[in-house]
Amino acid sequence: MFEKGGTKMSRKNKVRNFHQAKWDEPVIFELSNKGERGILFPEIEKEIEMDIGDGISNLPKNMVRKQPPNLPELSQMQVLKHYLRLSQQTLGADLNVDIGQGTCTMKYSPKINEKLATSSKFTELHPSQDETTVQGILEIIYKLDLFLREISGLDKFTFQPSGGSQAIFAIASIVHAHHEASGESEKRDEIITTMFSHPSDAAAPIVKGYKIINIYPNEDGLPAVEALEKAVSNRTAGLLITNPEDTGIFNPKIREFTRIVHEVGGVCGYDQANANGILGITRAKEAGFDLCFFNLHKTFSSPHGCGGPAAGALGVTEEFIKYLPTPLVEFDESKYFFNYDVPRSIGKVRAFYGVVPAILKAYSWIMSLGSKGLREVSEVAVLNNNYLLKKVLELRGASAPYAEGRHRIEQVRYSWDELYKETGVTTEDITCRMVDFGFHMWSSHHPFIVPQPFTLEPTESYSKAEIDEYIAGLKKVVEEAYENPEIVKTAPHRSVVHKIDVDSLDDPTRWAITWRAYLKKSKK
Amino acid sequence: MNKKRNLVHPYIPNSVPEIKKQMLEEIGVKDIDTLYEDIPEDLRFTGEMNLPDPLPSEYALERHVSKLLAKNQTCQENLSFLGGDCWQHYVPAICDEINQRAEFLTAYAGEPYEDHGRFQTLFEYASMMGELLDMDVVNVPTYDWGQAASTSIRMAARITKRTEVLVAESISPDRLLIIRNYCKPIIKIELVKYDKKTGKLDIDDLKAKISSNTAGIYFENPSYLGCIEDQGKIISDIAHTHGALSLIGVDPISLGILIPPSNYGADIVCGDIQGLGMHMQYGGSLAGFIATRDEERFVMEYPSRLFGITTTAVEGEHGFGDVTYDRTSFHDRIEGKEFIGTATALWGITAGVYLALVGPQGIQELGKLIMQKSQYAMKKLSEIEGVSIPFFASSHFKEFVVDFSTSSKMVKEVNKALLEEGIFGGKDISKEFPELGNCAVYCITEIHTKEDIDRLVHAVDECLKKEGPK
Repeated sequence: MFEKGGTKMSRKNKVRNFHQAKWDEPVIFELSNKGERGILFPEIEKEIEMDIGDGISNLPKNMVRKQPPNLPELSQMQVLKHYLRLSQQTLGADLNVDIGQGTCTMKYSPKINEKLATSSKFTELHPSQDETTVQGILEIIYKLDLFLREISGLDKFTFQPSGGSQAIFAIASIVHAHHEASGESEKRDEIITTMFSHPSDAAAPIVKGYKIINIYPNEDGLPAVEALEKAVSNRTAGLLITNPEDTGIFNPKIREFTRIVHEVGGVCGYDQANANGILGITRAKEAGFDLCFFNLHKTFSSPHGCGGPAAGALGVTEEFIKYLPTPLVEFDESKYFFNYDVPRSIGKVRAFYGVVPAILKAYSWIMSLGSKGLREVSEVAVLNNNYLLKKVLELRGASAPYAEGRHRIEQVRYSWDELYKETGVTTEDITCRMVDFGFHMWSSHHPFIVPQPFTLEPTESYSKAEIDEYIAGLKKVVEEAYENPEIVKTAPHRSVVHKIDVDSLDDPTRWAITWRAYLKKSKK
Repeated sequence: MNKKRNLVHPYIPNSVPEIKKQMLEEIGVKDIDTLYEDIPEDLRFTGEMNLPDPLPSEYALERHVSKLLAKNQTCQENLSFLGGDCWQHYVPAICDEINQRAEFLTAYAGEPYEDHGRFQTLFEYASMMGELLDMDVVNVPTYDWGQAASTSIRMAARITKRTEVLVAESISPDRLLIIRNYCKPIIKIELVKYDKKTGKLDIDDLKAKISSNTAGIYFENPSYLGCIEDQGKIISDIAHTHGALSLIGVDPISLGILIPPSNYGADIVCGDIQGLGMHMQYGGSLAGFIATRDEERFVMEYPSRLFGITTTAVEGEHGFGDVTYDRTSFHDRIEGKEFIGTATALWGITAGVYLALVGPQGIQELGKLIMQKSQYAMKKLSEIEGVSIPFFASSHFKEFVVDFSTSSKMVKEVNKALLEEGIFGGKDISKEFPELGNCAVYCITEIHTKEDIDRLVHAVDECLKKEGPK
C-alpha cells in the first residue's frame, strides 16, 4: 500500500481489505466455572429474616425447586468479554454501508436519541403510574400522534402495535370489527393484497380468519386495476397494500384501487413500510386509505436492535377511531390523559402503550428535521436510490425487472438472473462474497417471483462515497463471478464462520434449539 | 431546508448541493422532482406539514426533549410498589452496556455469516431460558407475554385441531384482552373461575367446563393476583385426560425457587422476560417467550424464529442458523404459522446477559430474597387496621392483593395520599376485579429494603387513620 520512495498511504483500491473479527468464541456454557459469580444481590436484613424465616420453608413442598437451574457460572468481566466478542461478530448498520438490506430502511439511528431514551427520567417509569407523574412522556406520545397525522393526513394514531406485522394484525382486527358492527363479518371473509407487499400483509389477516387473494404483478411490476376489479365482491372485507411496493415502483393508480374496494364496501389499509421516499410528497389521505401504519424502526430512525424492539404506528380516519385498541392518549388543553372510552375497541394488541422507547426516538428524530427536513430525507433517499440504480445497471449480468427506463422511489428489487445463467453464481453467493468486503448480507427478498432477487435500499443516510464503495464491491464480485466463480461460490472467506451445514437445521433428529438439546442429540 | 439556505443536516450527507448536482447529472435528470414522475399530480401533497420548527442543533434538541422528560416523576425518584405485567427489578450495568453496543443495537436481519454474534447470543438466550424452564425449545422472543400466551393458545388449537380454550379468570385483564382479540373469531375463550378464598384455580369449575372440544387450559403461575398455583399437576392431568394441552404462563424470575411448569405437566410455557435485565421504559421493554419440549409436533407449530446450533465446513467451528425456516410466514405467506416480523430480539440478548450474570446461585438467592421481602411486606401491611390480605393463607411470590374494604378509604384515595409522600402505591384493581372489592396489587422485589417497606406501611397506616370520605 505504500508508494515507492515515499511514506504517503495510497488508497487507490476502492474495495476494503476487510476481515471481520473472529474470536472463535465458545458457547457460554463452555466457559462456565463452578462457583464463579457475575452479580451479587443485597443481603436480606436480619430483622426480616428473624421475622419471616427463609421465605421458602412455608411454600408447598411440591412447588420448591430442588435443583438450581443449570445456568453457566461466570465472573463479571468474563460475561462482559464474551458478549463484547459476540458483538464484534455482528455487523450492525453503524459499522457498514448497510444498503444491502433492502425493504428495511437501514438508516442512521442518531445517538442523541439513544442518550435521551436511556435517561432514567424515562427508563424508570412504570406504565401504571398516576397520570400526573408521567405528563412528559404522555406529551411526547401525543405529539408524535399529531406529527404522524400531518405526515399521513389521517386523524388519529395508536402506538400499541410493537412491529409492522402486529400493526397489520391490528388492521385486520379493525376491519373485522368494522364489518361486525354492520353484521357482515361472516360474509366478508376475504382480504386482498399484492404479491410485492410484505408477507405479513397476507399472513396476519389469515390469523384473523380471512381468506387471502394475492394479486400478482403485471409486466410493468404493478398490480393491475383489472385484476383488482375481478378480485372484489360482496365478500371483500378489505385491501392491504404497500405503495411503492418492494420493487420501488409507485402505483399511480392507487386511488382507483381504494375507490374500487370502497365501492364494494371494503376497508383500505395502507402498509407504509416503504414510506421513506414519500414523506411530505404523497399521503395516505389523498390516496383514499382508511387506515395506515408506519414502522418507527424503519422510516423514523429507531434502531432495529437485531430484530426489535420495533413499533408499528397505526393511523386511522375519524370513522375508525372507535375501533382502536385502548387506551388512547388525549389532551384536554391542560393535561395529557388516557382515554379508555372507545366504544367498539378491538381491545388490546399489546400490553400498555407500545414500545415507548421507539416512540421517544421517533419524536426526537422528527423534531430534529421538521417538515422541510423530512421532505429532504425522502428526496435524498430517492436521489440515492436512482443513482445506485444507474450504477448497478452498468454491471454485467444485473437487471431491474419491470418498469424499464423508469425511475424508482426508495428501493429496487434487482435480479442477477443473467449473471446466474452465465456463471452459475447465485444472488446468495454474491451476498456471501460481499461480506468479505465488509458489507452486510441478507438473502430475504420475498416473494421469490423475481429470479435471483437482490433488493437494495440506500436511504438518505449513506454518502455518495459510501454508495460508490458499495458499487465498487459489487463490481469486484461481478468480475470474479465471470473470471473466478469459485471464489464467489465458496464465500465468505473473511467472515466469522465458514459455510454452515443447513441440513441439520431441518432435521428433527439433529436440530438443536438449545444447548441442552444439542448435548442430548450429539451424545447419540 | 430549515430557514437558512443550504443547511446540510448532519443525518443527510448528500444534501450537499454539489453532490446532489453530480448525482443528478449521473442519473441524467435535471432535478429530483423528475424522479417522482410516477406519482400523479392529484396524489401529490402540495401543502406543508404542520410540524413544529425543527431543532437541528443537537444541543437544542437534547435540551427540548430533556425538558419534556423532566416533567416525569420516576420510580427511582419515588418509592414504587407497582407491578402487574411490568416490574422494577435491578438491572445489572452490563445488561445496559451490551444492549447499547452499536453492533447489536443497529443490526437487523443479517445471515449467520456476518451476524454470527446475533445468532449465537440469541441461541444462548434460548439455551439459558431452557435451563430455567427445564425445556428444550425456546423461541427468539416475541412482542410480549400477551402475544406469547395468544400464540401458545393458537399452537394448542392447531396441535389438537380443536377450537375452544379455557383460561383462568385470575389472568391479567389486559392480557385477556390481547388473547381475546388474537383468537377472535377462530377460537372460543371460556373463563375458569378462581377460588375466592385461595386465589387458586377452581378445580370443580375446570372439570365442569373442560370437554372433548377443549384445545388447552391456560393459567398463570404466579397469577396476576400474586398467588402461587400449587395444583398445577392436577390441572395438567385434567387437561391431558381430555386430550387437551396444559398451557402455563410463568414469571421466569421466580424459577430459581419455584419448580418450572414443565415439571408439573406443562406442554407449552410462556411469559415475559422484561424482569430479566430490562428497565421498565414505561412498559416499552416487554418481550414474550414460548417454550416447549423438543418434539416435532410442537416445534413445527411455532410462528417464531428458532435459532439452532450446527456445524460448519471447518471442523470444531460452531455455526448457527434458522431451524425449520419453512414453517414461518417469511417463507410461505399463506401456509406459514401465524406471522413473523420484527419483534424483540435485543431484549432476548439482554435477558441472556442477565441470566449469565446471575447464574444458578444468583437466581436462587434472588428468588429467596424476593419471597422474604414480599412476605414481610404482606405481614406488616396486614397488621394495619383497615387492611386485609385476601389470599394471605396462599403462597405468593412478589405480588399480592391488598384489600382496603374495611377502611374508610378507596384505593384511589390511598394512592393519592401515598403519592404525596413520594410513594407509588399498588395497582388499583377495584375495577378489574370488582368481586374482590376495594383492592390493589402490590409488588415487592429485591430492590425494596426493609426501610422502604416500613415507610410504605407507616404511610398507609397514617393515611387510613385520617378521616375521609369513601
